[in-house]
Amino acid sequence: MSNKLLKVNIQKKLKEFDLNVDFELEKPCLGILGPSGCGKSMTLKSIAGIVDPDEGLVSLTTNEENTYFDSDNKINLKPQKRNVGYLFQNYALFPNMTVEENVAIGLPKNHDPKIVSDLIKRFHLNGLEKRYPRQLSGGQQQRVALARILAYSPDVILLDEPFSAMDTYLKEQLRIELVNLLKDFDGFSILVTHDRDEAFQFCDEIIILDEGKIIAKGETYEIFENPKKVQVARLTGCKNISKIEIVDDYHVKSLDWGITFEVSKKITPNITHIGIRAHDFSPAEKDDVNVMDTKNATKLEMPFEWEITLENGLWWKREKLIYEHKFVIPEYLKINPENIILLEE
Amino acid sequence: MMDWSPIFISMKTASLSIFITFFLGLIVAWGLIKLKNDTIKIVLDGIFTLPLVLPPTVVGFFLLYTFGVRGPIGSFFLEFFAVKIAFSWPATVIAAVVMSFPLMYRSARGAYEQVDSNLLDAGRTLGMSEWNIFWKILFANALPGIISGGILAFARGLGEFGATAMLAGNIAGQTRTLPMAVYSEVAAGNMGEAFNYVIVIVIISFIVIFIMDFVSIRKEKQWK
Repeated sequence: MSNKLLKVNIQKKLKEFDLNVDFELEKPCLGILGPSGCGKSMTLKSIAGIVDPDEGLVSLTTNEENTYFDSDNKINLKPQKRNVGYLFQNYALFPNMTVEENVAIGLPKNHDPKIVSDLIKRFHLNGLEKRYPRQLSGGQQQRVALARILAYSPDVILLDEPFSAMDTYLKEQLRIELVNLLKDFDGFSILVTHDRDEAFQFCDEIIILDEGKIIAKGETYEIFENPKKVQVARLTGCKNISKIEIVDDYHVKSLDWGITFEVSKKITPNITHIGIRAHDFSPAEKDDVNVMDTKNATKLEMPFEWEITLENGLWWKREKLIYEHKFVIPEYLKINPENIILLEE
Repeated sequence: MMDWSPIFISMKTASLSIFITFFLGLIVAWGLIKLKNDTIKIVLDGIFTLPLVLPPTVVGFFLLYTFGVRGPIGSFFLEFFAVKIAFSWPATVIAAVVMSFPLMYRSARGAYEQVDSNLLDAGRTLGMSEWNIFWKILFANALPGIISGGILAFARGLGEFGATAMLAGNIAGQTRTLPMAVYSEVAAGNMGEAFNYVIVIVIISFIVIFIMDFVSIRKEKQWK
């Protein structure tokens, strides 16, 4: 995996917004997280060559540099020549071909039949070789689609919302399968998703995309811990976000919740919002720092947590065990100053 | 004694014209959906569909204008190959092709548009040539719609009357197809003869539809 580099710089005018994405990839896995319709799929399609960007550069360096697209030098390689595998949201298996035929379609006519039978075994598809896609379950279909991509031995695998069309149970199982498969893959993989759990689970690095622009880019842990921007905080799952007024260097007043908070980092003028993760509250005494009362709070029971909504709209999530059904909301809640995330618009 | 020539002429004309129409319709529809410019798309679609909406005699009029001895193509063939197209057997094929083409083209196009475009893109990212994508994915998955288009086009070609009368005439033993023969016999008051031709047309039509349906149902059952 050393010395490999994927450069992507894409500009494209779309109806709703302009897509403008620029990144370089050295680590094997990148996640692109963003709300639906933010240009994620368009980015993948531009890398694969299915869609032509207006301007930019897409190149992959393995042993030598392969330019896929370069608007300055009028290079635009056909998808057939790019060696990029694409896992479609609906898997795009050919309904008129059997599992075996689907897997073998990207191979030359005189290929060694062992390649296909090995992949069938590796993806636990034994016994399904002669079935048609319609006769397979969602999980089996996804495995066929992946086997078909790997048969083609691509340098890059693009995964377009691979779990969006599945129920929760299947999703969790398949995520584990896919994580293990990608570990064995000696190339780049880019996963596009709107689900923060997927992005967190799969990728060492993530990019957050909104309306065609990259609004955050970096190590996954770093971005989740310190989102910096309102949109990023929202996409990484921060439930409580409020506009603020700066009181002094270490105090802000939340305009949505009507409470003044103490924070642990010095506030700079560019800070416009604060975020509080729903899990970060804890029961408190009346005279603690950053305290609020829970009058008229409502609670909602989930299998493994209580969801409490305070009168001012704040969300608190408290873990519980499956057999606990009673819970008295403490009179006061607090939030530690270091758990208040400072955000800019 | 019944004259068998209209049957042979019609069979020859209908088979050759459906052969031409079928592949021409498939390819033209493919080319059209690949076009990126919408204006050109709409204009071409209009031209290709026109024979379906115009009265057949009007289409025949245009054909005669083009393929007649003084027309641009007609005069070219006369001068360079010494071949007269109008009022000869090939004219029946031309008329049938032009009249049945819109049905084939529109059915094929509709059937292609039903095929998930991700399938075609998947084929591309897997290195399949455009030609293979066309046959193995687009054509194969659009087959039921294409076959029904083929049936309609064949029926249209077999029953073609107006444009054929204009371009090919009604020359016994040369351009008199079954529909022409029915018309001529009725005009001459020979209802019995006309009835024989009618029976033949009904039987041929039925057999063709039966065969094509049978093929498409078997093919579909395999993977649906």
